[in-house]
Amino acid sequence: MSALRDRLAAGQFTVTSELSPVRGASAAAMQERGRLLLGWVDAVNLTDNQGAHVRMSSWAAALAARDVGLEPIMQMTCRDRNRIALQSDLLGAASAGLGNVVFMTGDYPKFGDHPGAKPVFDLDSVTMLWTARTMRDEGKLLSGNELKPPPEGLFLGAVENPFAPPEEFRAARAAKKIAAGAQFLQTQYVFDVPAFERWVTALHEEGLTRRCAILAGVGVVRSARALEFMTSGKVPGVTVPEAVRRRLRGVPADELGAEGHRLAAEVIAQVKEIPGVAGVHLLTAGYEKRVPDLLELAGVAQGRGPAARDGTTAGAAQVSA
Amino acid sequence: MAEHKSGAPVSSGPVQVELLPGPPPDWRPGAGEPRLPVPPVPRLSPRRAYLMQKAVAPNWLNKRLGAVVERWPLARRLFTAAERASKEDLFGCRMCGQCALPVTGYSCPMGCPKELRNGPCGGVGPGGACEVYPDRRCVWVAGYERAASAGHADDLRRLQRPVDHRRFGESSWLNYWAGRDDGLWTDDDGLAAPAILGDQGASEPWCAGERAAR
Repeated sequence: MSALRDRLAAGQFTVTSELSPVRGASAAAMQERGRLLLGWVDAVNLTDNQGAHVRMSSWAAALAARDVGLEPIMQMTCRDRNRIALQSDLLGAASAGLGNVVFMTGDYPKFGDHPGAKPVFDLDSVTMLWTARTMRDEGKLLSGNELKPPPEGLFLGAVENPFAPPEEFRAARAAKKIAAGAQFLQTQYVFDVPAFERWVTALHEEGLTRRCAILAGVGVVRSARALEFMTSGKVPGVTVPEAVRRRLRGVPADELGAEGHRLAAEVIAQVKEIPGVAGVHLLTAGYEKRVPDLLELAGVAQGRGPAARDGTTAGAAQVSA
Repeated sequence: MAEHKSGAPVSSGPVQVELLPGPPPDWRPGAGEPRLPVPPVPRLSPRRAYLMQKAVAPNWLNKRLGAVVERWPLARRLFTAAERASKEDLFGCRMCGQCALPVTGYSCPMGCPKELRNGPCGGVGPGGACEVYPDRRCVWVAGYERAASAGHADDLRRLQRPVDHRRFGESSWLNYWAGRDDGLWTDDDGLAAPAILGDQGASEPWCAGERAAR
């Protein structure tokens, strides 16, 4: 059910990318953006009301992404649904052949467009992963009730922010998610490569990168305004180190985007060499047009592009068959 | 947890000496406590808190006390009220009835706005600020520091099972002594063998499977 799992299991450098669902009742605009990624990335994450802003639901967007030939990864947060709804939606997704699911706690409603919403947080990312693994491997719900049939093809993912305090605990936190069932893990923006390396090395030395594929999150700072926004502290969990800020501010404002692009390519090239890193996760929503160039600049475009597209489409066709 | 109990409310007088700076006023009872959790500041030093854990251990005496208290509804109500008063003051307790304090560095995870029991979210700000209330400290940053300072950092690697929302308002000490909260968390980090999640539908323990396996 998961071409992503096959690729990671084969040890091939993997590129995933975020594709944000639209605020509206048609997925056409998102599919158009998604088409630009065909053949260039191995799978796309369909975010679940990212930043607590209402968007089309991630399962519907995942089906729409699959329709244009992309391998979808459905995101599920614990913010809006209790354990009943989460398990039920997971069964629905599995029945539709959506095998890749990433679980996370979710941004607090206060940061979104409905700040007065009731936060749910019935389960957390660890217990949700644990529940999903139990459903798949033991064929049971959290209640103990049997599933007929269980969602056998699930490929379970998690996220982690290696840079947030308490930094010494972040590898252990990822290990908890792996113990709970995570088979792949995508990280928050990596700007601080040495700090990322420390985190991933801790997991690698415990042998956990063999159990769980680590994909380093990479984003592009596109403008002075974007840099201001990312350093304002208004984006939960994003930190831009001083050295990076200095480098980006050191260039003329109209060249900041180009420098941000180069910086992202450098990060990709650097993390690729770290033992235990299985690939990168591009946090580049709205930047789809430049993704091919970014991957080429980073030196990871080999075997990618329109030529590889047929293979991707064939894989997708198999999934839906 | 707090002091050994004999049925009477714990007096916070004798332990004042070792208290850390008091919590901000707005989460305390009667002072406009918000309905949604806000990170509290634990007032009891980690050393003292771990010492007190011994006093509320499920030993013969406490189990006996619990059994007696549970026999009388009024005694149970008074006991629960005393637990609430002391733990609210010391830890910003929200009376989930399934206390995780012994393995969280005695920093209450139910004060996390997301009520996370398995560690901090990814939104902790530089310096350890809560994502939702930037003027407060993340309960897990505090918990990690407190646990590490007492040599208990590995406690935080245990997997915590989902909260049972039916138990809110109950006395966690009575639940603890009666064995009703067995298996709130795993024995280890769960990496060697897949940890059993357990059966939330069962009326009693969280993980009948794991308990039977032991």
